[in-house]
Amino acid sequence: MKIVYTRPKCLKPVPNHYCPGCGHSIIHRLICELVDEMNMRGRIICIPPAGCAVLAYNYFDFDMCESAHGRGCAIATGFKRAQPDRIIFTYQGDGDMAAIGTAETLHAANRGEKITSIFVNNAVYGMTGGQMAPTTMIGQKTTTSPYGRRTEVEGYPLKITELIATLPGAAYVVRTSLANPAKIRETKKAIKKAFEVQMAGAGYSLVEVLSPCPTNWKVSPREAFAYLEEKMEKEYPIGVMKDYTAKKDK
Amino acid sequence: MDKKVLMKGTDALGEAAIRAGCRCYFGYPITPQNEVPEYMSRRMQEVGGVFLQGESEIASINMVLGAAASGMRAMTSSSSPGISLKQEGLSFLAALELPAVIVNINRGGPGLGNIAPSQGDYYQATRGGGHGDYRMPVYAPAYVQELYDITMKSFDVADLYRTPVMILGDGMMGQIVEPIYLHERPDVEIPPKDYILDGAENRPSRIIKSLILDPVEMEEHNWKLKRKYDLMAHELPEWEEFMTNDAKLTIIAYGTAARIAKGAVKRARSEGLKVGLLRPITLWPFPEEAIRNLAKKTKLFLVFEMSTGQMIDDVRLAVEGKVPCEFYGRPGGVVPIPQEIARIIERYWLQKEL
Repeated sequence: MKIVYTRPKCLKPVPNHYCPGCGHSIIHRLICELVDEMNMRGRIICIPPAGCAVLAYNYFDFDMCESAHGRGCAIATGFKRAQPDRIIFTYQGDGDMAAIGTAETLHAANRGEKITSIFVNNAVYGMTGGQMAPTTMIGQKTTTSPYGRRTEVEGYPLKITELIATLPGAAYVVRTSLANPAKIRETKKAIKKAFEVQMAGAGYSLVEVLSPCPTNWKVSPREAFAYLEEKMEKEYPIGVMKDYTAKKDK
Repeated sequence: MDKKVLMKGTDALGEAAIRAGCRCYFGYPITPQNEVPEYMSRRMQEVGGVFLQGESEIASINMVLGAAASGMRAMTSSSSPGISLKQEGLSFLAALELPAVIVNINRGGPGLGNIAPSQGDYYQATRGGGHGDYRMPVYAPAYVQELYDITMKSFDVADLYRTPVMILGDGMMGQIVEPIYLHERPDVEIPPKDYILDGAENRPSRIIKSLILDPVEMEEHNWKLKRKYDLMAHELPEWEEFMTNDAKLTIIAYGTAARIAKGAVKRARSEGLKVGLLRPITLWPFPEEAIRNLAKKTKLFLVFEMSTGQMIDDVRLAVEGKVPCEFYGRPGGVVPIPQEIARIIERYWLQKEL
């Protein structure tokens, strides 16, 4: 009998704490598949965030170093400068990446740190119970924007990925979505390329993944995936924003 | 014989760090300590180490964290407002039991304050500073040679106890130029760093984390840290005593204030007053036992600080009311001259009929 689908070796055989319909478990699996396929376990170090994925070290079977909220890219910088031959990546949510950690993220990208960030954007603070995020959609109700996000009060959704794409230090910048299986496969390809860019020493690589949060969006998982595709992908268009390899081809 | 050179405090500090094997420096400019990152930016290049100017003090201390978790000897330096920003990182370093050296060239405060020498950060330094139940060794050198030696030692202490270590100085300590011996790195056996993250090649994966959601487990982690702090409290206290044997009045002062106090003690002695000085070199752990022992001999403690009075709390805790403790302070960046302290000594000498 041929095995066509199995648990990645790097994904610990334990139940995870993520809610039904959450995108984190999908992204975890994609990362672990790639760590196995690209044979990276012996040289990869992950910096998980503060947020829903703070417990990622319970699931990833490779070296993991906790970070204070938003400091992932600074810690990753310390790791990479100390061990240039290792593969370092941060796993960050929208609050971690684009609110409290904006400075650390932008400057790491602008220095061209040879690290990778997997940025999970679900437009809400999940771990703390559904408060407004920098990426919360206009009109979106959260526990701290109960009247819906109003631009004149709460400002606009922050597109940090577009910002980073303007920086010379960023070598590969892409936004993907988990809205359907085809897009999930594209997400895996993007993460793979981000790791390859890091290994090539080309600079900072960033994969923003639009991800559903049915619990805090207060919808069913099925509705959440529909919202992802119909609403979030409108505000946050998916696609490659920067690719240094494309430049070289010209 | 080690080479003797004329060196500025900040340069001595940087050179000692390099010679102690520090190969990662991360920092952000702030006066009056900019000579440290400037020195390190030159020297790290020469020795093949890492120098990186972070985008903030917060980023810099977290870069130190990443380098320390990689097994490198790493340091950062800053001054008071910048040290406030590093407190989050200090709490994490303590919780994660990662070694690092943090230099605070204390300036006048609170707020932006000024850039003159001050000792206003004593509480912040010795009470942990960041959130949570932790302690951190704090060294307060008073001479450039001592600054050099303590810097080297700090890296060993950090590695031996797996703890952040703070060196607390001020602009005077940083700017003063004195002849020093460039001692070689002391021969200290450092246990293998079996906690570092370098990729789980042929070994089980490792996690460095401080999140412990179960209160009972968190309590055990706190007790484990406490046992380490007790060990440090027993093994690390250092102090200098100057003419304390027959002293009826003993000044207690550290760092720059102690240099001034020493001058005052010499003046008072030349006038026949039996005055001595106890200078804590470690502020945490505080040299309580040395003070308790002196409390059996001296009639009066006079605590002199360049603040409104912070270390005096620790002195009073050590003395336990057995001998009166008086205080004299000059906060805000004012550096008094020895004559001023000598006048205070004479006043107490007469008032208390010593």
